[in-house]
Amino acid sequence: MSAANRVAVAVKTGAADGFAIDARELTRRFGSFVAVDHITFDIKAGEVFGFLGANGAGKTTAIKMLVGLLAPSEGAAHVAGFDIRTQRDQIRRNIGYMSQRFSLYGDLTVRENIRLYGGIYGLTPEQIAERTTTMLDTLGLSSNADDLVARLPLGWKQKLAFSVALVHQPKIVFLDEPTGGVDPITRRQFWELIYSAAARGTTVFVTTHYMDEAEYCDRISIMVDGKIAALGTPVELKEKFGADSVDDVFVRLARGSPKGAAA
Amino acid sequence: MNLNALRAFVVKERHHILRDRQTLTILLMMPLVQVILFGYALRSDVRDIRLAVVDPTPDHATIELESRFISTNRFRIVTTSKTPDVIEPLFRRGSADVALVFEPDFASHLRGADPARVLIAVDASDPNTGTTYLNYTRAIIASYQDELSVANRRVRIVTDTRMRFNPTLESVNLFVPGLIALVLVLVSALMTAISLSREKERGTLEVLLVSPLRPQEIIVGKVLPYLALAFANVLTALLAAWAVFHVPFRGSVALLLAESILYTIVSLALGVLVAARTSSQRAAMLTAMLVTMLPNALLSGMIFPVASMPAWLKPVTYIVPARWFIVIARGIMLKGVGLTILWQETLVLSFMALLLLAVAMRSFKPRME
Repeated sequence: MSAANRVAVAVKTGAADGFAIDARELTRRFGSFVAVDHITFDIKAGEVFGFLGANGAGKTTAIKMLVGLLAPSEGAAHVAGFDIRTQRDQIRRNIGYMSQRFSLYGDLTVRENIRLYGGIYGLTPEQIAERTTTMLDTLGLSSNADDLVARLPLGWKQKLAFSVALVHQPKIVFLDEPTGGVDPITRRQFWELIYSAAARGTTVFVTTHYMDEAEYCDRISIMVDGKIAALGTPVELKEKFGADSVDDVFVRLARGSPKGAAA
Repeated sequence: MNLNALRAFVVKERHHILRDRQTLTILLMMPLVQVILFGYALRSDVRDIRLAVVDPTPDHATIELESRFISTNRFRIVTTSKTPDVIEPLFRRGSADVALVFEPDFASHLRGADPARVLIAVDASDPNTGTTYLNYTRAIIASYQDELSVANRRVRIVTDTRMRFNPTLESVNLFVPGLIALVLVLVSALMTAISLSREKERGTLEVLLVSPLRPQEIIVGKVLPYLALAFANVLTALLAAWAVFHVPFRGSVALLLAESILYTIVSLALGVLVAARTSSQRAAMLTAMLVTMLPNALLSGMIFPVASMPAWLKPVTYIVPARWFIVIARGIMLKGVGLTILWQETLVLSFMALLLLAVAMRSFKPRME
């Protein structure tokens, strides 16, 4: 399915009209260090948006501001139409979040983890039961429903964590390096999950440092030293920088940075 | 508060606690083991008690009593004197544990209308051992008195007691309330701190903070299951104390349980605060030990009486929650008093609970990082 089609589906399913996320001059300082430096971007509903950058470029700080874990020092942003400074409660109900670190509980079973997050997001027991069945079917985990999550292989855990982040059918899902440490086949399957979520109208905001994954995104931004150095579709960026791959674009941009050169 | 979300969260916490079998076993057994260990340690069988006897007019009665002391195989007479001035130096040197001071003409008083008098002076620098000395001494005198009484008529021996170096009479029974305080702090503060900082360390807390759960709901959800566990611990400690050591319970059980909950809330809030201010499980555990276990054990009057602390240290004990709880628990259990006497301590604990909860919740605001 093309990006344009997905956007059309998103509009039909009633996702936020206009932009799912918009950021204007969003800035975060820690003392004199500027982690995120006046970034501005718009993300359309139903888009898969790749948020790229080297380690320490400010990706996680930016995500934390958008999901309400960190207050911005300057600038403004809206998520699902709500102001990140004043409407955090509304934002929380409308987003899913998968952090860099594995966020399910190893000492709970697959089913219990789903029930927990379903409960936290205010689903009724019927909704939870129904979505648990669907989710387990989709993931092929039906026979493992009562296994402790700690015993699942890492790839399964990551896919489960992603599905759990979507259990309340949020308008937007934030994925902070969701495929770290996962084998290529599982990464592939993971991206299939991302696409099917996008096809249902969910906006996907994903950070990664696998450049091949960047090619799967509708649009990407590349952060260097807290600033957005490039923004556009993968094809546009490759043309603009005369590069063969997003990887090339990335290396060229990162080399200009004192930190990137050192890395 | 969103009750469904909270329930989902509490269920999760319950699973965490119930599935960690090893920790759970330790937590549940702890009050039992501690009551028994402390109980026997404090009741250590005292032998070779050094007895000083002051007998101005030796007669058949005083000699008979002395021989009874010796025949128990617990007492050893280190000196017999006619004047009491030998006692002070003996105690100072630590060469006597108990001194028995008979009044002049003890035997004739036994036959007369006035009671016969004997003064028992005990070295109570270790209050618990001192109490044991005193109890043995009294028992021997009482049995002698009973035997004489059976023969013809009621004989009265009046004992007068001096606890030297520590006039406040501490008893073995006093340790149970202190123990409850210690176990509660251990279960609530330490375990909450560990469990919360584990979520922090593993990154699950971040996900919870992004969810619609409010920080206060996370805290309440964390704290509720431990409150239940702490409750079970109080009951175990009380049962063990009653069954094994026959520690009396004179006051209202309900009141004690209510006060225990109040004290547990204080401890839980401390645990939350510790978790909020530390960045790893290990740091949380050590900090929790440092700020809760140690002061609660050492500065609360549980082991060392507050009265015998140096003047500069006494004010410090005011901020130790266990200090207040121990006064309350001892009052209820041993004296049988109620809120009319203990309202001040209860008020202090309530204030601490409110203050700490407020601070704990503030420090848990997701944007603090």
